[in-house]
This record gives sequence, C-alpha cells and structure tokens, in this order.
Amino acid sequence: MWKWLHPYAQPKRAYQLCTTLTPWFWTAAVMCLALGTIWGLAFAPQDYQQGDSFRIIYIHVPSAMLSMSSYVAMAMAALVGIIWQWRTAYMTMIAIAPIGATMTFIALITGAAWGKPMWGAWWVWDARLTSELILLFLYFGVIALYSAFEDKQQAGKAAGVMALVGVVNIPIIHFSVEWWNTLHQGSTITKLDKPSIATDMLWPLLINLLGFGLFIAAVTTMRLRNEIIRREIHRPWVQSLVEQKEQDHAV
Amino acid sequence: MNPRRKNRLAVVLSIGILIAGAVGLMLFALTDSIDLFYTPSQIVDGREGKKPEIGQRLRIGGMVVPGSVQRDKDSLEVSFDLVDTGPAVRVRYAGILPDLFREGQGIVATGTLVDNRIIDAQEVLAKHDEEYMPPELAEQMKGIKHVKPANMGSRNDS
Repeated sequence: MWKWLHPYAQPKRAYQLCTTLTPWFWTAAVMCLALGTIWGLAFAPQDYQQGDSFRIIYIHVPSAMLSMSSYVAMAMAALVGIIWQWRTAYMTMIAIAPIGATMTFIALITGAAWGKPMWGAWWVWDARLTSELILLFLYFGVIALYSAFEDKQQAGKAAGVMALVGVVNIPIIHFSVEWWNTLHQGSTITKLDKPSIATDMLWPLLINLLGFGLFIAAVTTMRLRNEIIRREIHRPWVQSLVEQKEQDHAV
Repeated sequence: MNPRRKNRLAVVLSIGILIAGAVGLMLFALTDSIDLFYTPSQIVDGREGKKPEIGQRLRIGGMVVPGSVQRDKDSLEVSFDLVDTGPAVRVRYAGILPDLFREGQGIVATGTLVDNRIIDAQEVLAKHDEEYMPPELAEQMKGIKHVKPANMGSRNDS
C-alpha cells in the first residue's frame, strides 16, 4: 500500500520533490495568509463581548493549533526514522522542529497579548498555558539533543525518541480545558459540535489556518532541502548539482 | 513488514503506552493541584471532603451574581458575589477591574479566605467563554445586550 512512498526515502528524490513543491506552497500560503488576515483584521465583525480585541484569534488560534500538528508531524517522522530507519525521516524531523517551536512561541506571545486586555493578566499558570509552554520546551529539547551529537544519524535517533515521548503532551494540551478548570476558555472549533463562532468570523479563521499550514509546509520543504544537501554534500549527485549551478551562473 | 521492523514497532509502541499510562496516572493524582481555582460551592461545602481553611490563599472562579456588585463611591473598593451551582461567596477587592468584568461574567479571583464565605482578593481576572459573535447576533440569539453595571464608570466602547 505504501510502496509508492519508498522512492522518496532516497535523499535525491526527496530533494527533487521539495524543489517542485516549495514554490506552490509559498504561492498558496501568501494568498491564504493575505486573504485571511486582511479579512479577519479589517472586515470581520466585532465580537459582542471583546470588541476588536478578539481579532488576535486570527493569529493565535492557527499558530496554537499548528504548533500541535507540527509536533505530531515531527513525531511521525521520528517514528518512521526509528522503525524503517530512513535517513530522510530524521532530516524531516529536524526540518520541522524549529518551525514548530516558532509556532508555539507565537501562540504563547499572542496569547499573552490577548490575555492582558481580556483576562487582566499576561500569564496564569493554568493547565492550558502551562502545557503549551511545556510543548515549547519539548521542541527545544529535540533541537538541542539533535545538535549535541556529531554523528547526525545517532543524533536523529536520540532526538527522535525524545520527540516520540513528548507526544503524550498533545492530548494533554487539547483536553486541558475539559479535564481541569482553567482560565482559558474551551475549544471553539476543534470539537464535535458546531463551531461556536459566527460564520462571518469563522471563514477568515479557517483560511488563515490553511495559510499557516501552507506556510509551515513551505518552510519545511526549504529547510529539508538544505538539510539534505548538508548531509549529502560528498555524494556524486550533490556534486553534479553544484557544478550545474556553477555553470548556470557562469554564463 | 520484516520481523526486525515489526520488533522495533512493538518495542516503541509498548514504551509509548507505558509512558502515556504513567503520565495519565500522575496527572490524575495531581488533579487538585492542576485545577486553577475552587468553585464557590467547593469553598462552602469542600472539595472531595476537604474544606479550605480560613486564612488560606486560594483562587475562586464563578459567575458574578447580577445585582450584587457594590462600589465604594470614594475609592476603588468593590465587592460582589460569585456563584456556580450552589451557594454564593462574597469577594472584596480594591483595584481596577478587567474590562470584561460584568454582571453574569465568569471571574477568577486570587485572595485569602477571611471567613467561611468571604474572600479578600488581591487580583481579579475575567474569564470569557469560547463563543464569538457580532453584537447584533448576540442580542438576537441570547436576548442580552452586554453592558457594564451602571455604577462602574464609563468607557466608550460598544
């Protein structure tokens, strides 16, 4: 069933795939982000309680949700790396890690900026906020562990184990607002019920969510390309690629 | 899948399940400490048979009882009742309330329990729910127009 995937385990094929996909991801990401952000910040109606302050939702919610999805993606790459021992899997894992960390950081910062005017506090040690902070530290841990090893295959294994263990935190973040009483409100869109947000407000949010996802995909493919080149620098196909580029520039 | 991969998958899965179980049990045991606040009925009747002691520093979270907000004319002192499903607890506070503070609003206050049902708060935070809608829709659907209590001083927002 998954046989079609196997050629892409080869660094060269993965590199080519990334090269093809990157511009598409960028184009779609820029379009979605521009549309969603302008619509959300300028044209969506005000909230009945929070007025204009609620608009930070258009940055906060996509970054928070995708910080978690990126972690799951990273952990899946780690799982493939550990079980099938694909070299490209670990490269993918480390390509995603800093982007996921950035998303977590954006979620925390925008959350604080939202919390101050609405709740009255930048930070509260409630379950949702704390578990999201732990997610940031998990990302840092994966990155640090990977950088600590000289041999990158070994580094991938160590960081991969850490990434896999950290997956426990994902359901904790998601359900924290249900399992414990917290200052953070419950889920608005990621639940089985109808989203509890008016349709005019929901559309820009969904578009921005897609935009953030495409942005992450675009940066991941770019980082993965770099990672592949860095690791395969002595291989013939990279050498010929470099020669090709040099010739192009010489003309 | 070849046997070596199958083996590795089994090892990874079983370690994963063990860790998830351990973390789950840990969190379950720590529920009391993870909960951010006591509800008013937990303060009066106790949580799992344990009542908070007078003089204890704690957080309380509940709804502001409509009509219970009392403001001092000359200072920032304010007091109001918080309620969930049971009895109400009075919160006294001196300071600036968050913008979202309204009657019927969810509030989380940090302070000391000075009497069975009175808390002197040092910090009052507003909790809002996960519903977002334009003001017109809110009026139509819920029949509520969110306005601040009349004696709260005015700020010209919608």
